[in-house]
Amino acid sequence: MSLTFSWIAVVMIIITSIGLLLVRDWRSSIILLSVQYVAMFILCLQHWPLGMASVKVVAGWMSAAILGMTRSGLSILDIDEKNNWPRGRLFRIFAAGMVGIIVAGAAPGVNTIMADAGITVTVGGLLLIGMGLLHLGLTAHILRVTIGLMTVLSGFETLYATVEGSVLVAALLAVINLGLALVGSYLMLASNAKEVEST
Amino acid sequence: MNAPTIWIIAPIAISILLLLISNQRVLSILGGVIAVTLALLAQFVPIEEAMLIGPLSLKIDSSLSILGRALIIQPAEGSLLALIYGAAALWFFGAEASKTATRIVPLGLIITALMVASIAVQPFLFAALFIEMAILLAIPLMTSIDTPPGKGVIRFLIYQTLAMPFILLAGWLLVGVEASPGDLALAAQSASMLGLGFAFLLAIFPLYNWVPMLMEETSPFIVGFLLWILPTVTIIFGAGFLDRYAWLRSSPQLVTSFQFAGLLMVVTGGIFAAFQRHLGRIMAYGSIAETGFSILALSLDSRLGIPILFLLIPARALALAVWSLSLTVIKEHIETMRFGASRGILRITPFAGVGIILATLSTSAFPLLAGFPARLALWENLSRVSINAALWMGIGIVGLLTSAFRSLAVISMAEEYTSWEPRESLTQMVMLGLGMIGLFILGLFPQTAQFLLSNLPAMFEHLGH
Repeated sequence: MSLTFSWIAVVMIIITSIGLLLVRDWRSSIILLSVQYVAMFILCLQHWPLGMASVKVVAGWMSAAILGMTRSGLSILDIDEKNNWPRGRLFRIFAAGMVGIIVAGAAPGVNTIMADAGITVTVGGLLLIGMGLLHLGLTAHILRVTIGLMTVLSGFETLYATVEGSVLVAALLAVINLGLALVGSYLMLASNAKEVEST
Repeated sequence: MNAPTIWIIAPIAISILLLLISNQRVLSILGGVIAVTLALLAQFVPIEEAMLIGPLSLKIDSSLSILGRALIIQPAEGSLLALIYGAAALWFFGAEASKTATRIVPLGLIITALMVASIAVQPFLFAALFIEMAILLAIPLMTSIDTPPGKGVIRFLIYQTLAMPFILLAGWLLVGVEASPGDLALAAQSASMLGLGFAFLLAIFPLYNWVPMLMEETSPFIVGFLLWILPTVTIIFGAGFLDRYAWLRSSPQLVTSFQFAGLLMVVTGGIFAAFQRHLGRIMAYGSIAETGFSILALSLDSRLGIPILFLLIPARALALAVWSLSLTVIKEHIETMRFGASRGILRITPFAGVGIILATLSTSAFPLLAGFPARLALWENLSRVSINAALWMGIGIVGLLTSAFRSLAVISMAEEYTSWEPRESLTQMVMLGLGMIGLFILGLFPQTAQFLLSNLPAMFEHLGH
């Protein structure tokens, strides 16, 4: 039963991470990020008790809410990175496919290194890390950079949860997630200052 | 009473109160006094020893438990705390002259406390989490809500954040290696992971492109503070890994890697500095070379390398403080710090002009200045290990010296009959003057810092003995 849920979580990660690469509307990005944290929560449940795993999803949702609330208050139009190369959806899907292939190849080895974390947890964690890094490589837009970093960190946290069950580490990682969202929001507000000045 | 409360929690609590003050002078003096007090307490008040104050008996415990883990400040780490808070005081006292006190004093004090926490946390590999928190706090320190952030800030955030997962995972893998030392594959994987983590954190070539970008985009004084505290504490944290794991300490490949990485930093930093046409970027490459010197010190036999590593710290702190304050003063009077705009600036900001030249020369191991004794010791010991490595280090130093003389030529190159019109404030002149005197004192009498440095290797169990 738990294995089925784990595979569902992996599928959710595939859908949300590819979705984050493709969608340009910030609302959709925030929703996808929130769903991604649910998938991460399911994977963490394989090794952590419910209470501790909930910390991940609660911190993740709070971070997503911080980003969403900040973005909703900004007057700037969505920066769709028209001038950024590469911008084609086909290219992004192709790049995501490459990440998928690399993850499929690396997962068994990483699974062994990570004290047999379970193939679903390993695949899920590596997918999040890979897609997050891809995201960071494709964009310089602050909201997207923040989402990319949060995706990488959530992948790492998924893997790390299999080997480290410390409450202090869980708390510090939650603080870091929230801090990252706050920093992203702060930078978005700072970027907006120029737009407001010029209008 | 315990040490982590005094040197970590109390400064954070005080910093939050300092956020409410907006007067530059008050903040600067308060921040400086608090940092000096913490430094003096660390140097002179013993940890884990009962003290009799009149009828009272007082003992400062070394540890504080939080959520099942501990923050432990060992008695041997007192001098290190004194060094860290003492150097932070340099920046806080200089904050008024740079007009950045409202940001650097409260946020800088929290960052300093978090970096101290990263040294104190047990198990020590959790330090990466505290370093990451300090990095997140560095963003509002460097940027203003009214100014769009530049690319350098974004890259800084990305690169430094990516370091944390690598170091935490490496820490876990290292435990596995300790359990089964014969597993060479696992050892290689953990060492690679650790190397990548520190490459991001220490901005090792080619991951340092954010450093010159930051120097162009944000206040040099604030960047100078970060370029001092982040690499310094990170290197001590890295030395902690060497101290903890015998197989890592005795690995010949690791020594070669340190030597290669250090030389790469010194040579690229020196050569790139020589070809820059921007005063801020020269400081950026100078600080990159500084980090390279520290990594090179780690590549030596630890009985020699660790004392040299600690000897490099005060010189780096003072040189960067003078350099960054000088650039901040110069930046007030010109549009950009490019050579074209900085021509003849010496006649408007003589103290700041001399400050950047002396700081660059100190970084370049110029005799009589603060950086000279440590670099001479490093060079001498490196030449005993490898004459080629010493030659490459020499090339890096020549590059740095070239950048110093180019800067001197540019800032003194004024139109004929241009009069001297100093526009620095009294505070700026006093702070820069004291800093420059300090550079000479540390260069002429390096033993003045020995009362702080002599016991520092004792903080490691195996290194430096």
